[in-house]
Amino acid sequence: MSAHAWVDLLLAMLGGAIRVGTPFLFVSLGECLTEKSGRINLGLEGVLVFSAMAGFGAAWLTSSVWLGVLAAGLAGGLLALVHGLVCSLPQVNDIAVGIGIMLLGNGLAFYLGKPLMEPQAPQIPSLMLGDWSSSANVQAALHINALFPLGLALALLLRWGFTHTRWGLLVRMVGDSADAARALGTSVNGVRLAATVAGGFIAGLGGASLSLYYPGSWNEGLSSGQGLIAVALVIFARWNPLRCLAAALLFGAAGAVGPALQSVGYGAAYQLFNALPYALTLLILLLTCSPQRAARGAPMELGVTR
Amino acid sequence: MHAMTLDTLALGKRFGSFQALSDATLQIRPGTVHALLGENGAGKSTLVKCLSGYYTADSGSILIDGREQTITAPAQARALGIGMVYQHFTVVPGMTVAENLLLARGALPPVIHWAGVRRALTNFMATTPFRLDLDARPVELSAGEKQKLEILKQLLLQPRLLILDEPTSVLTPQEADEVLGALRERAHAGMCSVLLITHKFREVTAFADDVTVLRRGCQVFSGRATDSTPAALAEAMMGVARSLPAPPQRLLQPPGPERLHVSQLQVNGDRGEPAVRGLTLSVHAGEIVGVAGVSGNGQRELMQALTGQRQHVGGSVQVDQQPFHGWRHENQRLCVRSLPEEPLLNACVGALSVADNMALRDFEQAPLAWHGWIHWSRIRARAREWIARHGIKTQGERAPISSLSGGNVQRVVLAREVSVSARLLLVSNPVFGLDFAAVSDVHRRLMEARNAGCAVLMVSEDLDELLSLADRIVVISAGQIVFETMAANADRNLLGRHMGGHDQPTELAA
Repeated sequence: MSAHAWVDLLLAMLGGAIRVGTPFLFVSLGECLTEKSGRINLGLEGVLVFSAMAGFGAAWLTSSVWLGVLAAGLAGGLLALVHGLVCSLPQVNDIAVGIGIMLLGNGLAFYLGKPLMEPQAPQIPSLMLGDWSSSANVQAALHINALFPLGLALALLLRWGFTHTRWGLLVRMVGDSADAARALGTSVNGVRLAATVAGGFIAGLGGASLSLYYPGSWNEGLSSGQGLIAVALVIFARWNPLRCLAAALLFGAAGAVGPALQSVGYGAAYQLFNALPYALTLLILLLTCSPQRAARGAPMELGVTR
Repeated sequence: MHAMTLDTLALGKRFGSFQALSDATLQIRPGTVHALLGENGAGKSTLVKCLSGYYTADSGSILIDGREQTITAPAQARALGIGMVYQHFTVVPGMTVAENLLLARGALPPVIHWAGVRRALTNFMATTPFRLDLDARPVELSAGEKQKLEILKQLLLQPRLLILDEPTSVLTPQEADEVLGALRERAHAGMCSVLLITHKFREVTAFADDVTVLRRGCQVFSGRATDSTPAALAEAMMGVARSLPAPPQRLLQPPGPERLHVSQLQVNGDRGEPAVRGLTLSVHAGEIVGVAGVSGNGQRELMQALTGQRQHVGGSVQVDQQPFHGWRHENQRLCVRSLPEEPLLNACVGALSVADNMALRDFEQAPLAWHGWIHWSRIRARAREWIARHGIKTQGERAPISSLSGGNVQRVVLAREVSVSARLLLVSNPVFGLDFAAVSDVHRRLMEARNAGCAVLMVSEDLDELLSLADRIVVISAGQIVFETMAANADRNLLGRHMGGHDQPTELAA
């Protein structure tokens, strides 16, 4: 490849990092919030697909993209509410329930989404941050999903909120020591339910980003496991919202390598490059695992860290 | 006066068919330290849980400052000014000291202005005898510091009555004196009354004004601490019929050849931090070596590494001059046995029967097995024999071991570990939570094993236990052996200073 092609590739990856990474960002922030309260919601994959369908459907029916985004969030919150309520029962394993919710969300979305394959829904607008440049590639890379700044703000808000608000401290206390929380008279299940629902709402915004921005349509292969990758990503990010942001962008960039190579005319084995995010997931889990110690910074009530 | 006057009159509490508390009468004078003594299961915890609102008493009454009160919830007890420091920690391990204190204070504002909060907490801490780093997290704190944080959490609420459940079990003697002394000063200044649950007579005579003894849910003794002797208190705790059993007989014998040699051992803790840092020690046949130390200084990791529950990072372990990793075939060949802490969790399978648990070490070997086939009748017959010989109280050898009391679980494990003559015994806190009778049983068995030529390495957080049982005492601090002495001429205070890590280099040479 020529130097020019390298620059184009890097630009495409930069643009892709934000375009592909935005759903990752929302799902991982949602999962981060849920896990901070001491519960894992593996169902976020189902939440993502279900909310993408709901958001697309609502935007198509109302012709308003922002009502669609709101509907996606609410749909995500609703499905997470089911997870939260079932997990509140004694002796219920959150991981098993999460797998159930994942299948339920996928199934419901495929069933209800049948009539949504054909139509076109209004799309989330782009912020044109690249208009100063004359290069078409730079302009393309800096067309930014309007939801991305929202995710950025959310990451900062969560980071600040975990240490500076009553809600943040309660969520972290419940996630770190249910015993201590009970001794202080805090409702452990109540806080976890709230954190799970809020996490589902945030993940739902990621679903809206999928069906209403990129790829911008509804079909059954829309997510292909992004919700599950986001769970791994939270572990990689050590339950820190700002590191979730960095990790989401990294995965976005990895996901953009395949299409970007194609766009610069390098099409050989592009399926292999498309698998990069999944390979990266395995690699990162391998690099960050340790049999000797529980993950540093992990909420101690979390099943995986015990 | 801010300190509380509290009386309980014939308090009773029943759990199913078990009468935990039947006639518990307690009188706490304002501004005093009141010690509450009793064996395990005597009802001490039930009584204080009735006071702190976790249980509601079935009968009897609670009088606060002379007025009758019904306490039905922890929040209500808190509102009345009763604060409780639990035996297990209720601090949030991953949050900072400042965050823990803020959460304990309650009534959190929606948005926290840390600058103001930190100033208030620093000022508050200046009024207490304890100093903690506001930014430290409990996972990084020692057990003693965590205990101080627990007490600080309660002091923050300015309680009129402070209840402490065995607060000194995780402290060095010096730390215990410091904490109890500070609390007594507060009480005598009229700032609060203190109710102290303990089983250490030394603390009663040194720090308490009054003492109450419970036995089987009833008050059997109450009076001024200065008027009571340890012997009288022990008699009250156990009943007149039983007296303190004689201490186990130590056979005078020169130590035999070296059995266990640990050299420069390094082991990591749960979070990957070094817990045992280049530790070296040796145990000879026919001696008990006691490892003293404040809990959390690497004892748990050391014993887990020796028994094969934890990986070694560096160094070597040798038994009889052969490398030792704690593997099953090594344990069998070299006759290495262990009495880990929390035996039901670490040495037993709770759902299996007593007989099966007794066979865990050798069920696959002759005579219990023949070419892979197990003779269940032989396993049960041997279990019946051991149950009789060790006086184990169980419904039978087929009863699941989880149905036994703590003392009897430990007797089962002891039977299994010492009946086949062990050459090396690795012991951790063997009498934690056991009653007097079980304690003396366990101690006698350990001494018998030692007298028979077994090498015993024993970790204990109870310095008195080590002083009475061990031949030699080593002190572990921050994962290293920092001091060694013969038990016969050991000095409590010197040991305590080394346990706290306040040793002077000159003393090390001594």
